[in-house]
Amino acid sequence: MIERRWKKWVFFYIPLTLFIIGTLFPFYWMAITAFRPDAELYRSWRAANNTPFWTLQPTLDHVKDLLAKTSFPRWLWNTFFIAVASTTISLFCGLLAGYALARLKFPMAGALGTGIFVTYLVPPTLLFIPLADIIRNFQLGNTPWALILTYPTFLVPFCTWLLMGYFKTIPKELEECARIDGATRFGAMLRIIFPIAVPGILSAGIFAFTLSWNEFIYALIFLSSPERKTVPVGVVSELIRGDIYFWGQLMAGALLGSVPVALVYSFFVEYYVTGLTGSVKG
Amino acid sequence: MVNQVIEGAGSATRVEVALPHPTVSRSARIERLLESERLLAFVLLAPTVVLLGVFIAYPFVMGVWLALSSTSVGNIGKFVGLHNFVKAWNDSIFQTTIRNTFFYTFWATLFKLSLGMWLALLLNRHFRGKRLVRASMLLPFIIPTVLSTFAWRWMFDPTFSVLNWLLYRTGAITVKLPFLSDGTYALWCAIVVNTWRGMPFFAITLLAGLQTVSPDLHEAASLDGANGWQRFWHVTWPLLKPVTIVVVVFSIIQTFSDFQLIYVLTGGGPANSTHLLATYAYQIGVMAGLLGEGAAISLFMFPVLFIVVWIQLRYLRRLEGA
Repeated sequence: MIERRWKKWVFFYIPLTLFIIGTLFPFYWMAITAFRPDAELYRSWRAANNTPFWTLQPTLDHVKDLLAKTSFPRWLWNTFFIAVASTTISLFCGLLAGYALARLKFPMAGALGTGIFVTYLVPPTLLFIPLADIIRNFQLGNTPWALILTYPTFLVPFCTWLLMGYFKTIPKELEECARIDGATRFGAMLRIIFPIAVPGILSAGIFAFTLSWNEFIYALIFLSSPERKTVPVGVVSELIRGDIYFWGQLMAGALLGSVPVALVYSFFVEYYVTGLTGSVKG
Repeated sequence: MVNQVIEGAGSATRVEVALPHPTVSRSARIERLLESERLLAFVLLAPTVVLLGVFIAYPFVMGVWLALSSTSVGNIGKFVGLHNFVKAWNDSIFQTTIRNTFFYTFWATLFKLSLGMWLALLLNRHFRGKRLVRASMLLPFIIPTVLSTFAWRWMFDPTFSVLNWLLYRTGAITVKLPFLSDGTYALWCAIVVNTWRGMPFFAITLLAGLQTVSPDLHEAASLDGANGWQRFWHVTWPLLKPVTIVVVVFSIIQTFSDFQLIYVLTGGGPANSTHLLATYAYQIGVMAGLLGEGAAISLFMFPVLFIVVWIQLRYLRRLEGA
């Protein structure tokens, strides 16, 4: 009995605790830095009275500076707007294409399915240089539309793939019944199948939203004026002045920039996990 | 004459009525046209195909053209053949970059796979607060990479590193470790951060795979006298292999083409020693404005991605065939 308990500690509790600490410590460190006064932040690491893991004088200075002296609120709004718009476009395209690939028989269906899957695996970093040129030619540079139209390039294949899998789990008989009752093919899709697919749509939507919130390289290259930027780009390019890192403000920005996406995630954990595990299912 | 089907309210009987007017509403006519499966498929796929055509296929073709030309910002280049590729190949920074990219991808993927598998096995057991632990384990994957990488950069700070403080206080070191100021250290730091960020993706997808393994199989194996390791190797692993391969492929693609982590953590430095293909392509193509050379450098990713995707497709086909 004692031996079994000892084994459970060594093989289960201790490793799991280490995993939890390792995973969450950077976030803890981000938060504590955001509320720590500068005098404590930049104290020698060998100072005897150094208490790095907590602070006795928490301060809101960094957060206040961030909200008042930078365009941070604006970046939050930009990121949110772009994420919602590109997610909506991607869900629309993904729903229609996913349905067609799952249900309809037409020439080239296999080739198109493979084609969309391959684009799913194209990383944004392969194409950013020519894409920047195209955005410039379309006169979209430095507008939110540059991102709203390019984010779907990695969101649509994912949404299509996920929703196609979802549609395949819905029994065909449901549609056939509706068609016997006189519904058109299009009507059956719109009024019978899409409502049933709402959980799948939600999974794809949540996942797409977090992906667009996370996107960096397109936003870095396509946007130039400070008030147009998204949170990740704004934090990188506007909060570092010259070579000086204002760590308090940077960590406050990182913390506040993470909160919205963490909130969305916490409300829809199960849907997110379905999206995540569905994203890799063949 | 047009027959329209009207459903009687509250009754399941259908009455067919011959409408006096042959005109039907426009939307109804369009819906009727869409009865053709081919036409409907065409309409449904059009937005996706147009979007991916304009923003993936066209940039790809243009990228190949740029890579074969001497284009730079404000200067329409002319065809120079493989000059950009040859030039990159002979550039010593590029050679380091290629080595870094393979090194980074190999070790980060290996760590993510082994730690992710371990965490998945731990999370597959029953314990209190399991849902909360599982949800919080995914946080590194949810939080924007740039923002969490900044937290790591601060933890690796040359003067105020908390990790140095910790190691010093526990007596593990007497001099500060040069986390980001030494090329070799810096690349390993990037591997650690990448592992930290990507490991939850492995853990959660592998956990989903584990949950489909029936406990009866384990029980049967135990009765036959198999120990923990043998049960894993002979029962769990064969069932987990398909999902593992797919996850590894995804991870290789993402790690191989990584940009934001290096951009924030080291910016390719010190002295260009930690560039990956994507960050170096950015430096040449965007910062220096040499679009042709930059496009050529990012196209060096293509053969590797192509092979990986090809393997993935073959593997999926085989699964479907089986």
